[in-house]
Amino acid sequence: MVEQNLLLLLVLTPFVSAALAATLPIGARNAEAWLAGLTMIVALVILAVLYPAVTEGQHITGTFRWVSSIGLDLTFRIDGFSWLFMVLVVGIGFLVILYARYYMSPDDPVPRLYSCLLAFAGAMSGLLLSGNIIMLVVFWELTSIVSFLLIGYWFQRQDARDGARMSLIVTASGGLCLMVAMIILGQIAGSYELDAVLKAGPQITSHRLYPVVLILFVLGAFTKSAQFPFHFWLPNAMAAPTPVSAYLHSATMVKAGVFVLLRFHPALGGTDAWFQIVTGIGMTTLLLGAVVALFRHDLKGLLAYSTISHLGLITALAGIGSPFALIAAVFHIVNHAVFKASLFMAAGIIDHETGTRDMRRLSGLARVMPVTATLAIIASGAMAGVPLLNGFLSKEMFFEATYVWNNGGSLDSFAPYVAVLAGAFSAAYSLRFIVTVFFGPPATDLPQEPHEPPLLMRLPVAILVAICLAVGMFPQQVLGTWLQTASMAVVGPELPHFSLKIWHGVSPPLIMSLIAMSLGTLIYLLPRRLIDSGEDGTRLMRRLDFARGFDWLLQLLTVKLPRFALRVLSAHGLQSQLRAMVLLSLAGAWFVLRTLDWNVPMPELGASELVFALLWLVGGTCAIGAAWQAKYHRFAALVLMGGAGLVTCATFVWLSAPDLAVTQLLVEIATTALLLLGLRWLPKRDEEIPGDNNLVARSRRSRDLLIALACGSGMTALALAVLLTAPGASVGDWFLRNAYVEGGGTNVVNVILVDFRAFDTFGEITVLAIVGLTVYALLRRFRPAPESVERPRPQLDAEEQALEAYLFVPSVLMQWMFAPIIALSAYLFFRGHDLPGGGFAAGVTLAVGLLLQYVAANVRWVEARIIVLPVRWMASGLTISAAVGAGSWIFGYPFLSAHAQYLDIPVIGKVPFSTAMLFDFGVFSLVLGAIVLMLIAIAHQSLRVAPRARAVETSEETS
Amino acid sequence: MELILALAIGILVGSGVWLLLRPRSYQVIIGLCLLAYGVNLFIFAMGRLYVGAAPIMPKGGFVDPTAYADPLPQALVLTAIVISFATTALFLVLMIAARGATGTDHVDGKERHS
Repeated sequence: MVEQNLLLLLVLTPFVSAALAATLPIGARNAEAWLAGLTMIVALVILAVLYPAVTEGQHITGTFRWVSSIGLDLTFRIDGFSWLFMVLVVGIGFLVILYARYYMSPDDPVPRLYSCLLAFAGAMSGLLLSGNIIMLVVFWELTSIVSFLLIGYWFQRQDARDGARMSLIVTASGGLCLMVAMIILGQIAGSYELDAVLKAGPQITSHRLYPVVLILFVLGAFTKSAQFPFHFWLPNAMAAPTPVSAYLHSATMVKAGVFVLLRFHPALGGTDAWFQIVTGIGMTTLLLGAVVALFRHDLKGLLAYSTISHLGLITALAGIGSPFALIAAVFHIVNHAVFKASLFMAAGIIDHETGTRDMRRLSGLARVMPVTATLAIIASGAMAGVPLLNGFLSKEMFFEATYVWNNGGSLDSFAPYVAVLAGAFSAAYSLRFIVTVFFGPPATDLPQEPHEPPLLMRLPVAILVAICLAVGMFPQQVLGTWLQTASMAVVGPELPHFSLKIWHGVSPPLIMSLIAMSLGTLIYLLPRRLIDSGEDGTRLMRRLDFARGFDWLLQLLTVKLPRFALRVLSAHGLQSQLRAMVLLSLAGAWFVLRTLDWNVPMPELGASELVFALLWLVGGTCAIGAAWQAKYHRFAALVLMGGAGLVTCATFVWLSAPDLAVTQLLVEIATTALLLLGLRWLPKRDEEIPGDNNLVARSRRSRDLLIALACGSGMTALALAVLLTAPGASVGDWFLRNAYVEGGGTNVVNVILVDFRAFDTFGEITVLAIVGLTVYALLRRFRPAPESVERPRPQLDAEEQALEAYLFVPSVLMQWMFAPIIALSAYLFFRGHDLPGGGFAAGVTLAVGLLLQYVAANVRWVEARIIVLPVRWMASGLTISAAVGAGSWIFGYPFLSAHAQYLDIPVIGKVPFSTAMLFDFGVFSLVLGAIVLMLIAIAHQSLRVAPRARAVETSEETS
Repeated sequence: MELILALAIGILVGSGVWLLLRPRSYQVIIGLCLLAYGVNLFIFAMGRLYVGAAPIMPKGGFVDPTAYADPLPQALVLTAIVISFATTALFLVLMIAARGATGTDHVDGKERHS
């Protein structure tokens, strides 16, 4: 169990440190480096502890239950292969962190860099250690996102932003393909556990969906590992700080693609399609990357294309898939990570010390920085495959794999030749790097005077180069057992015999190596001047500019197509959109109802309904009048609308719904007050609108009238049809039966709101809170129409005085009413559970009470006496409701379960008390806060505008 | 009773829709309010009409559901009333802000060019 927990710790620690790193002060370079470095050391210690458990093909699995019902558990699994990969991630991570401490300038915000680097280490660990293939994809995408953040670290630079976006789009889309592949894989294998999938190999390769899975899978792997034709993102990602390039874009993240190729080889590999696609693309990338690398003038550009080429090599080996090729692939992953990380760091040092990365300007640096030069030359030797260095060994194994293995197809007959040619180019660009940068005459036009960097900045490079040498000279002693452990996890227990030796005798691979190196020297030295002074990149590559193709595609998909769709599909203006919506609803209703017969008996009108009919005669007239007058006579329309609302309210009373009536009445008051306040900022409109009576406008109006008539009559028919059919059993019956027993209240409507369906209410008050805040935010930057800004002050003052005198008696009355309104609100609240009332009604009542105070006196007078903090009311309301809901978890019940009982309070008597009441108090508090916030925000506008208007006047007077 | 309420719903909805399709923002606001009345009444009517039914149950025990108004549509409408108040408030603020920013009360922020 200890090992399982250590495994979880291995993934979690970097994330925790990342969160910590993000909180440190911006200039804390040393603290950041210590934190990150210690994290890596902790991870290394954990890995060392875990090693004995992963040897001999064993693995540890730790499962943490999560969503077991859909097969999604947090399973972590480590075997020899992921262990070796983890050592790379953590070890190189440690060196990169040390290097970054000296590379980053004091002006750079380092917490962001270290936090992202640590988060990347966590994501990469998760990816390597996931025992569940869905979780693997999640971590996979996480690495893409962190990579995006790191490439865009210097976000003020255009190239950094572009490169970051490009890499994210390419790798994340690949990740989506991978996810679909994983889902299908899981469905075929019957489990999303990695072990089960790996065991289901024959079942998968014989499945009819195998080609689909394979294509999607390699799309994911190839985009991540920058394989042709998706390689273009990697050179553009070089806009990242060099530590990031060394860590993510050469040593670890780009290897994730080849990692899954090797990991899933038992499940997906071994078929001819696998070989053709993976080896074919790998070989193409190998050659293409090597050729282009030779012609790049930018140091990091050269290294980026070299990385692409080496990744192609590993991919090709994964495609060949023989046990020997797989061992070679694992070996080369390690070797490449080591020498390429050191080369990137060396390139960073050169850039840091000279101020340029352009090989046309760099020259003769061996004289001024001999140590760095020596280290870089050795590392380039490893990259070229020079004997006694680690690159030589794995490259030779690669040659052997292409040479020995033959299944009779055309591709593998070609393979050795392609391999040698690519090897030659790789020797050529390595040579170019060494010769141009370190030898020749001293450079003349460097931005800075170069000298050796601090010792600790060189140290990571030195360590890595030492590993290159050690592995190159004593391969079996240094890496033999680890490689064996790792290979056993990939290939299986029957590992073929292989020996890591420098000298195998004169064998075909050695001859191939020698040919490649001598050919490479010729390729570079003969047309040297041409290459050194020629254009950046080859002519072929400029023709096949994939990055430009990508931009074009992006432009097409994100700008041109949406614009086209907008032009073709969009309606012009809100009116036509609303009309389309109404017509669609009409059509939808007609489509659903067209098959039903109309067998509704003609209703009879009794004499007792005369009053009700008269009531609605008034109500209907009001509604039609409001519709008629809303254009020019806004105030009249408001009054008429209020009339219709009151009739609606009376209807609720009539039809045994007192709760609705109370709420409707109160909301009606609040709405009217709100609209009245709003009308203040809506300039009067009384002149005729030009073109309002021409034929087009008239026909438009008649068309809308027809639509409105259709809607109205449709609703009438629908309502009538429902009302005259006998009701069936309703859910409401259940509520009626259980409201008292389960909810402890006799007012069923309130019990439904605060108990049975409390979650809906919770959502609803949240909406109310959002609306309140939105209104507040909108009004903070409010600029009223110029026509509605106040008239000159003297005139206004006179008017105000007149108004005050006129309103004196009512305002005193309103102030007196304040206390009774508070009492009424409390009364409505406490009786809510058993009698009509409740949190909503109480909240609106109190809000109206407050509003009356604003109406009675001016704003300043009120606010000097009453402190209203609507936002706090809202916040506490929402908090109380959520806390009451969450409280039921403590007792083991679901969210928002209520408990009810009657409390015997002296004097007052029995009072219904339920936790639902606390919830209702939250509702009350929030409703009060939201409504007061909105009303006050609008009412306050007069305060905000007045000083400004005065300021304009005074400035006019003085000028 | 049923016929009157049905007609009332129809009138409210018809006036609401007519105003909804008008070009002036204030018309649309009034239209939304009228539409809300109509729709609330309609939802309420789905529980059928009970004149003079007791709204509150006696304490304790089981009750005969047919003697009471259906509480479910009422709970729904209660929610709807509050939400429609919120939308009205939001729309009102948008309206006055748009009037200040664009200088017109046309819903599109500019007068029709025709």
